[in-house]
Amino acid sequence: MAHHSNEPQVTVLPPDKEKIKKLWTVAAYLGAITAFEFIIAFTMTHGPAKTAIFVLLTIVKAGYIVGEFMHLRYEVKVLFWAILIPTLFIIWMLVAFVYEGSQMPVF
Amino acid sequence: MSHSSAATVSGKSVWDGGVSPMGVSYGKLMMWFFLLSDAFTFSGLLITYGLVRSSHPTFEGLPDAFVFSKEYWPIPEKVFEAVPFLHGYSLPLVFVGIMTFILIMSSVTMVLAVEAGHRMDRKAVEKWMLWTIIGGLTFLGCQAWEWTHFIVGTDTPTMVKDFVNGQWITKEVTGASLKINQYGPQPFADFFFFITGFHGFHVFSGVMFNFLIYYNTVTGVYERRGHYEMVEKVGLYWHFVDLVWVFVFTFFYLV
Repeated sequence: MAHHSNEPQVTVLPPDKEKIKKLWTVAAYLGAITAFEFIIAFTMTHGPAKTAIFVLLTIVKAGYIVGEFMHLRYEVKVLFWAILIPTLFIIWMLVAFVYEGSQMPVF
Repeated sequence: MSHSSAATVSGKSVWDGGVSPMGVSYGKLMMWFFLLSDAFTFSGLLITYGLVRSSHPTFEGLPDAFVFSKEYWPIPEKVFEAVPFLHGYSLPLVFVGIMTFILIMSSVTMVLAVEAGHRMDRKAVEKWMLWTIIGGLTFLGCQAWEWTHFIVGTDTPTMVKDFVNGQWITKEVTGASLKINQYGPQPFADFFFFITGFHGFHVFSGVMFNFLIYYNTVTGVYERRGHYEMVEKVGLYWHFVDLVWVFVFTFFYLV
């Protein structure tokens, strides 16, 4: 059997330093936001303002993960919106159900 | 709508066939749509948590005066304050913070594996996939500890009212099960098991997929195929697991 002819010719490219640096920067942002959330968790009193800050920071983190790590920011616009628009239903579902819950106390 | 009309014959739409209007392969597109549907499943769980939680009274006093009771929803940081090897110390949310860090780091190593795959660098893909697997297994180990601690409970039991043989009795309860728990209203413990359990199962299957990709990389399957797109597809799944944890962390532990 001609063994050598089956071996693929692979050209390995050098690491894309700029891209890798950017990925670590995104990771640093995620870590910093999480650290900030911890500070908020122990310095602010519970209330709607605290919840709002947490939700906002969570959306920022989600944006970085989906946009950069999952590469969605750089995909074709039609794919970008095909993924993003349906999540609007989730936001409506959240608002509707949490309101519903506060209107029907168990005790 | 689409701006990628450069590849099309003039007068024809990108949707007329022959090109991929969304610019990705079938497998990757289907992974995106699967993840979207999975996002709805997780939202269902987390929003139901929000519904049930908002229908329970909140603890009105100062955080220092907080005690476990069935009468109001517990403050999460008063429930999750244990760290392995540091028994007896009150370290609220520290352990769950470590878990978050581990999962974010394993997401970074995953995206580095994808980057190495673009360059056909087999050795680097192997290295970063292995780190991603280790990160996933570490997270699962942490979760096993977290669950054990939640089930076993604190040193001092809580007096809990329970309905036994047709009458209300008060008894000492430590830890939690799906039937009774010491921390607060029963749905709190049930949601803990269901939400973190469902997420943990995703992490577990993610580690399995990652191992499969690692195995195929080591045996040279992708090198012979000429591309490492499978690393990207499984990478999407792994990042999604990280993404869900970000939401679980906020809505279950912080808020």
